[in-house]
Amino acid sequence: MNNRKRKAGGLSKYSQLLVPLIAILVLVIFNLIRDPGFFSVGLTTNNNGDPVLQGNLISILNGASELVILSMGMTLVTAACGGQDISVGALAAIAGSVFVKVLKSGGGSISPLLVLGGFLMCCAVAMVFGAFNGSLVAFFNIQPMIATLILFTCGRSIAYWINGGATPTVSSPIINAVGSFIPGIPIPTPILIVLLMGGLFALLFRFTTLGLYIQAVGINQSAARLNGINAVGIKLLSFVILGVCCAVAGMIGVSRLGLINHETLLINIEMDAILAVAIGGNNLGGGKFKMIGSVLGAYAIQALTITLYAMKVPSTDVKAYKAVVIVLLVVMGSPVVKEAADRFTKRIRAARRSDTGKEAA
Amino acid sequence: MKEDIVLTMRGICKVFPGVMALNGVDFTLRKGEIHALMGENGAGKSTLIKVLTGVYPKDAGEIRVDGVDEAITIRSPQEAQSYGISTVYQEISLCPNLTVAENMFIGRTRGGTVNWKAMEKRAGELLDSLGIPARPRQQLSNCSLAVQQMVAIARAVDTECKVLILDEPTSSLDDKEVEMLFRLMRDLKARGVGIIFVTHFLEQVYEVSDRITVLRNGELVGEYEVEKLPQVQLVAMMIGRELENLSVIRKENPAGAAKKEVRYEARQLSSTESRPFDFYIGKGEVNGFTGLLGSGRSESVRAIFGADPVTGGEVKMEGKKARITKPLDAMKNGIGYLPEDRKRDGIIADLSVRDNIILALQVLRGMGHPISRAKAEAFADEYIKALGIKTASTDTPIGSLSGGNQQKVILARWLLTHPKYLILDEPTRGIDVGTKTEIQKLVLKLAEEGMSVTFISSEIEEMLRTCSRLIVMRDRNIVGELTGDELTQSHVMHTIAGGGGDSE
Amino acid sequence: MEEKGKLRREPITDTQLLMTITVCIFVGMYILAILIWGGGFKKPQMLFDMLNDNAYLIIISCGLTIVMITGSIDISVGGVTALVAMVGVMILNGNLTLFNGLIAALGLGEGARIAFALLMSLLIGLAFGLVQGYLIAHLEIQPFIITLAGMFFARGMITIISVDPQKGPQDLMDILQKRIEMAWLGSPNKKGVMIPARMEIGVVIALVIVVLVYLLLRRTKLGRSFYAVGGNRQSALMLGVNVRQSRFMAHLLCGLLSGIAGFVFMMHTGAGNATNATAAEMNAIASSIIGGTLLTGGVGNVIGTFFGVLTLSTIKSIVTTSGLRDPWWQSITTGAMLCFFILLQSVVLMRKNKRKK
Repeated sequence: MNNRKRKAGGLSKYSQLLVPLIAILVLVIFNLIRDPGFFSVGLTTNNNGDPVLQGNLISILNGASELVILSMGMTLVTAACGGQDISVGALAAIAGSVFVKVLKSGGGSISPLLVLGGFLMCCAVAMVFGAFNGSLVAFFNIQPMIATLILFTCGRSIAYWINGGATPTVSSPIINAVGSFIPGIPIPTPILIVLLMGGLFALLFRFTTLGLYIQAVGINQSAARLNGINAVGIKLLSFVILGVCCAVAGMIGVSRLGLINHETLLINIEMDAILAVAIGGNNLGGGKFKMIGSVLGAYAIQALTITLYAMKVPSTDVKAYKAVVIVLLVVMGSPVVKEAADRFTKRIRAARRSDTGKEAA
Repeated sequence: MKEDIVLTMRGICKVFPGVMALNGVDFTLRKGEIHALMGENGAGKSTLIKVLTGVYPKDAGEIRVDGVDEAITIRSPQEAQSYGISTVYQEISLCPNLTVAENMFIGRTRGGTVNWKAMEKRAGELLDSLGIPARPRQQLSNCSLAVQQMVAIARAVDTECKVLILDEPTSSLDDKEVEMLFRLMRDLKARGVGIIFVTHFLEQVYEVSDRITVLRNGELVGEYEVEKLPQVQLVAMMIGRELENLSVIRKENPAGAAKKEVRYEARQLSSTESRPFDFYIGKGEVNGFTGLLGSGRSESVRAIFGADPVTGGEVKMEGKKARITKPLDAMKNGIGYLPEDRKRDGIIADLSVRDNIILALQVLRGMGHPISRAKAEAFADEYIKALGIKTASTDTPIGSLSGGNQQKVILARWLLTHPKYLILDEPTRGIDVGTKTEIQKLVLKLAEEGMSVTFISSEIEEMLRTCSRLIVMRDRNIVGELTGDELTQSHVMHTIAGGGGDSE
Repeated sequence: MEEKGKLRREPITDTQLLMTITVCIFVGMYILAILIWGGGFKKPQMLFDMLNDNAYLIIISCGLTIVMITGSIDISVGGVTALVAMVGVMILNGNLTLFNGLIAALGLGEGARIAFALLMSLLIGLAFGLVQGYLIAHLEIQPFIITLAGMFFARGMITIISVDPQKGPQDLMDILQKRIEMAWLGSPNKKGVMIPARMEIGVVIALVIVVLVYLLLRRTKLGRSFYAVGGNRQSALMLGVNVRQSRFMAHLLCGLLSGIAGFVFMMHTGAGNATNATAAEMNAIASSIIGGTLLTGGVGNVIGTFFGVLTLSTIKSIVTTSGLRDPWWQSITTGAMLCFFILLQSVVLMRKNKRKK
């Protein structure tokens, strides 16, 4: 229709993706210089004799799966409530425990139906806990971080409790298929699950108005309410959706290892998920959001981690380097720095204009 | 003569992107006078005040104050204070979590420590001497808005101030409190303080001020002695050449007056914020709620729309019983509501003009039926054209539009739902005169097409021009209903004030 | 009549109200514990043990209370505490060659190691506060992200400095772990011998800090400006408060206090370990909240925070004493308690605001 108008608007609309894209690009270039073969993907056979893809690229995509899924949900909560859920790791541990508990109830034999039942059960439990967090936020107007501090404090203990103080293991080809590879498909299953979740969210935004409602509530709750939007319901819904994300992430985490360890499962992932949202250019104060930004942010974080591992940085030290990169990224995106940069470019432009003006005269 | 002058502003200019907010404005303030700064919304009053207090840097012109030999530059409110210029803003800029005494002294005491006893004693004395019903140790948020305003004034007064700026100080005060404030202002005047008084209320200007400076569209209209400027002339100056435009509307006034078919009817409707009241509106009728601020006029229409929790009453829509307890119910019944506070309740600032326009229609269609991008674009384009909304594109965030255009977008949002009954609460507040008349004309046009419209405005003139029936409220009760010949300014005023007209 | 009665009564501020609730609940809970379980709770040593174990947490929570009053947050405090403890222990046991050389060059005795450890604690804390404060106050970056990076950095630095856990040398630790014995508060042990109540030096430091921070928040202009900034940043600016400086100072102080907390932590445990002070930031936030500090800013008090820390550890003691020995009960009850306080505060403030209308 009006092409030029659309384009101009479109470009600025995606400017928030600049930071994560630059981060990923820098990491890619850095790694290619360091080791040109860094991103090469090879096909090998695993223990079961199935062909599987291998390489750093795959381990980045695969390793980031839980983080990507959680950051998707975190984006919604952040946008609608203007705060973050710090209990996602704990909730994933609870969901994982429930998952294992159901699998164990089968008495050794794990049928596909049981796995499905376990997944549905852990989804349901996670949704209930999500609704608990959400109702504190939506009905009592408690800041998300405070409200979820409760579950953060006791979530992992609840997970421990569910399994009666043990760290049970489960082994089954089905669990193996969920956590690593489905026989015959060389792509790690967690990547496929991420694609599935991404697709589900895309459908959700395409065929419902959830995105618009969440943004409206996050920007101006009062106005949203006066336009007939159920603001309390939307906030609650965002937490419930995040609950589902936690369940999926917990299930992947459990399936990878074949056991549930309430202490270590997805430990500290809440911090990374919030970080992914922020690096993705989303305002942590709520309002407009781009889920793809958070996804890119999550992959950037994982790429950084894998890069550091490849550089033989011990896994415990990775955090320190990560911190430096984070600070650089956020300083780049800070309003004050942006303003200063704007002023600088304006001054240069003005200088150039006056130069050309002089020449013309 | 010259020693009398405490403040001179010469040729002040201030440009905002796309707007000349102030164009060569002069202003002079004498010692011990109350000087009213008048003008319609958007005339440049607040911009001038903000330049004077260092909130905005000026783009041209010079400011001189008594006691300083050269022209001064004011970069911050603190710097303004150091020159003896204190301000009390319309939106109270105090900290609600601190005590009254602290709010009076924070940011202006010397030394690194706080002497609570001395501070509270001094605050107590000051509050007593000004007759402010607050205690020094009380938390500010526990005081009424009026008292908070008084505390802000007490703070300003206590600094060694030569120039006191009161920006709409009376808008949240009742008569008694206004009288108290005026006593205080006269007292300060006697002490030699120059007071700049910004207000909308004409009567208050004539009651308390010595001189008036009138601004219009960012330009100086003139400076006058109060005695030499009749009220009518003042209004004419403020509204200026737009007067002609307005008279055109007046002719169309009878629109809809004759149609009698009832569209909406409420019996003993009440909400948590409003007392029970009866109300009806006919098809194609334009009626209005009027009354002073806080009389319950906004609360009543909010109850109709279900904006506050409804506590009782019966509602009929076109003769059929309806249940309206929340905004969505009202919308489903074909009611639209343009809220009083555009920023707080109307716009969704970061969303695009397009999303803001389609929002209400989208909600009505339900979560599972999103409006396609192409359709939304078409709707937005249609209404941008129809209402003459000035925006760079449909993608522009509504927050970056001017007040008038924002209001038009909200109006477009409701028109898109094709409501049978539209409630407009202060649709013309804070927008330029041109847009005002446009909106008034639109209201009359819509009524002619059969829409029912309830209109609220704090400017009675505006209501008289558009409404065929006025419901008058006082102290949260309906005290009168005026139609036909009763629709004159004096009649309305009398009814509002009580004891006059035919009511009671 | 009612109106007049209300006016005569001395009005109470939100800060005082929430603090009073906490203190009352703590006292009530403790008395209840004595009545029901008696035994350990009757001995003053029980209280001193809580203080000994939580001295560092009290200090961290003080810092966090300051930051939270300005409406900001700092989640790096636990990491900084652990980092400082690690560095301190390594200075003491001579595993940091830099300081060995320095001490040798200056010809100082072994005792100087303590002074250096203290100095480094303060410097590290200050450095974190300085950088984080600058980025948050002057570059206006979201505090959560910056201090999250701070936490990552501190935790990462610990293992970069030393992967293995470190232990302080016994001779120096003996000096640091000297306890103050109070015979008059003693109680008989099972054999009937009077054991004096023991309190660590760290507790004294923590108590002094509580008092100092209380005075800072109550009596100084800077302290009041924290409240103003937290109450309404825009208004504070209009009232002539230097908002940037206030926010900067709050983070600086918080950093400094985490440094001191790290030293106290080291005094208590005598060990440097990557998992030291795990989740201390969240415990500190929880303590502040229980003590009546609102994360929204503008309301809070360190006295409340002090009792917040004690309340949390009393709950844990009660849980163990009452026979719920499974490891998960402690944190589940803590969570339930936190939930209770959060809801209580939200309801109290909501009702108070409604009454005003």
